[in-house]
Amino acid sequence: MPPSPDDGLSGAELAAKYGLSQSGARPGLVEYVRQLWGRRHFILAFSQAKLTAQYSQAKLGQLWQVATPLLNAAVYFLIFGLILGARDGVPPGGKEGKANYVPFLVTGVFIFTFTQQSVMAGVRSISGNLGLVRALHFPRASLPISFALQQLQQLLYSMIVLLVVLLSFQQLPTWRWLLVVPILALQFVFNSGLALVFARLGSKMPDMAQLMPFVLRTLMYASGVMFPLHYMLVNRAQAPLWLADLMQMNPVAVFMDLMRFALIDGYTLNDIAPHAWWLAVSWTILAGVVGFVYFWKAEERYGRG
Amino acid sequence: MADEIQDAHVPTVIADDLHIVYRVNGTRAGKGSATAAMSRIFKRGEERGVRKVHAVKGVSFVSYRGEAIGLIGSNGSGKSTLLRAIAGLLPAEKGKVYTDGQPSLLGVNAALMNDLTGERNVILGGLAMGMTREQIRARYQEIVDFSGINEKGDFITLPMRTYSSGMAARLRFSIAAAKDHDVLMIDEALATGDRKFQKRSEARIRELRKEAGTVFLVSHNNKSIRDTCDRVLWLERGELRMDGPTDEVLKEYEKFTGK
Repeated sequence: MPPSPDDGLSGAELAAKYGLSQSGARPGLVEYVRQLWGRRHFILAFSQAKLTAQYSQAKLGQLWQVATPLLNAAVYFLIFGLILGARDGVPPGGKEGKANYVPFLVTGVFIFTFTQQSVMAGVRSISGNLGLVRALHFPRASLPISFALQQLQQLLYSMIVLLVVLLSFQQLPTWRWLLVVPILALQFVFNSGLALVFARLGSKMPDMAQLMPFVLRTLMYASGVMFPLHYMLVNRAQAPLWLADLMQMNPVAVFMDLMRFALIDGYTLNDIAPHAWWLAVSWTILAGVVGFVYFWKAEERYGRG
Repeated sequence: MADEIQDAHVPTVIADDLHIVYRVNGTRAGKGSATAAMSRIFKRGEERGVRKVHAVKGVSFVSYRGEAIGLIGSNGSGKSTLLRAIAGLLPAEKGKVYTDGQPSLLGVNAALMNDLTGERNVILGGLAMGMTREQIRARYQEIVDFSGINEKGDFITLPMRTYSSGMAARLRFSIAAAKDHDVLMIDEALATGDRKFQKRSEARIRELRKEAGTVFLVSHNNKSIRDTCDRVLWLERGELRMDGPTDEVLKEYEKFTGK
């Protein structure tokens, strides 16, 4: 090789001279958002592919998309509704409330499952897809967001079941049902934020996948998925009022109550946490922004073995 | 002429004292019990219960535009790891890699799903490599024809798990080779499928080479290295043992391996 004027330059100097950029460096936040937007088709296709692949080996195939949540709700109805008497205190209370229990329960189970599954999928989204992360270039946030999107589509299937349940319990469509759209949009952003946070945690500590089911189960009981939270705490457990109010403000409880408010006749804004809409928006912005920035901060380190 | 010499000296990849370390959880020999795991957690000091594998140790080199570089070395010498680090897919422990454009590995296996039809995998794989929907639509027929999947009936609409291993490998290669790359890295992808498909894929790789600025090829086949590369990096135990013209390095390597 003939001598060149570049001899004796260090790697960094040589790179600077010819305008080479560092491989695998983290892009700025705005650039990162732009790259992610550029991958929106991949995010959607990946989530749909995962959804299809999920039940493709089962004989009943995609029917399980709706059968699984319905069977879950049936189990809870048996245990909480019939055996433990959780039907008391469902708004608007009394006999009418009791009749509302099944729509109340099914809504709760579906909305809670949406967040629960998004978190669980988020934990494994990087650590379970290392092969993909180590083979191809794409903004890594695509993975957790794609998994949250998969859960959203799963929920849309469940909404068909919910519709049947509502109709068969004499809940007829009202204009309030349209609130479902903003609620799901908010919850999707909230879930994506959580998935991003847990994706980063899970990439560092794969043990999170073992721990999270317990945390999430605690959250399930603390949010009143299968019983009216506020009523049970105050009237059955004699808990102080402020505690019941506080627990009603947790994000999952807020989304669940808003959805019940939208769908079930007899629910009023008095039956759910005060300022529920503001709470939902605040939780969403908090989780979305914090999750995204927190995930992006480690972008260049995902895929390290 | 002067331009050409200049052009030949434009660096495309600079590796500067590159170190790659893998961390593996829970592999302390013979200490898999719960109590051992507990004591590891509470023991003082960093990196408890984690074994480190130093896969690449201080590799430095500069590649220039138009070069085709072979990477050789025995199994586990760090060739594939080095490729991934150059592509920016494996974060470096120490040192830096600078590149001109985005180097890409030829391979899309990880993005494909066995439960999906070949058809959907073509789209998914293309999107995963960063192609747009329009680009995929334009290339779709080309990809399917190249793979030869439909030569024996309408297999592209069946799930990939129903394919023979050869068929699946052919489809994977066809998807991966559908995209053009600035800096292309090929990891022993040459020998897939039957003889007929091998010939076709070798021709496609030559085409991709022409379009790419720099090509890296990892292979255990000295013949394919000799055919395609004009420079060879020889890695052994994560260290760069030799870097030079193909014939020189291969001669030493063959002496080393006792051929």
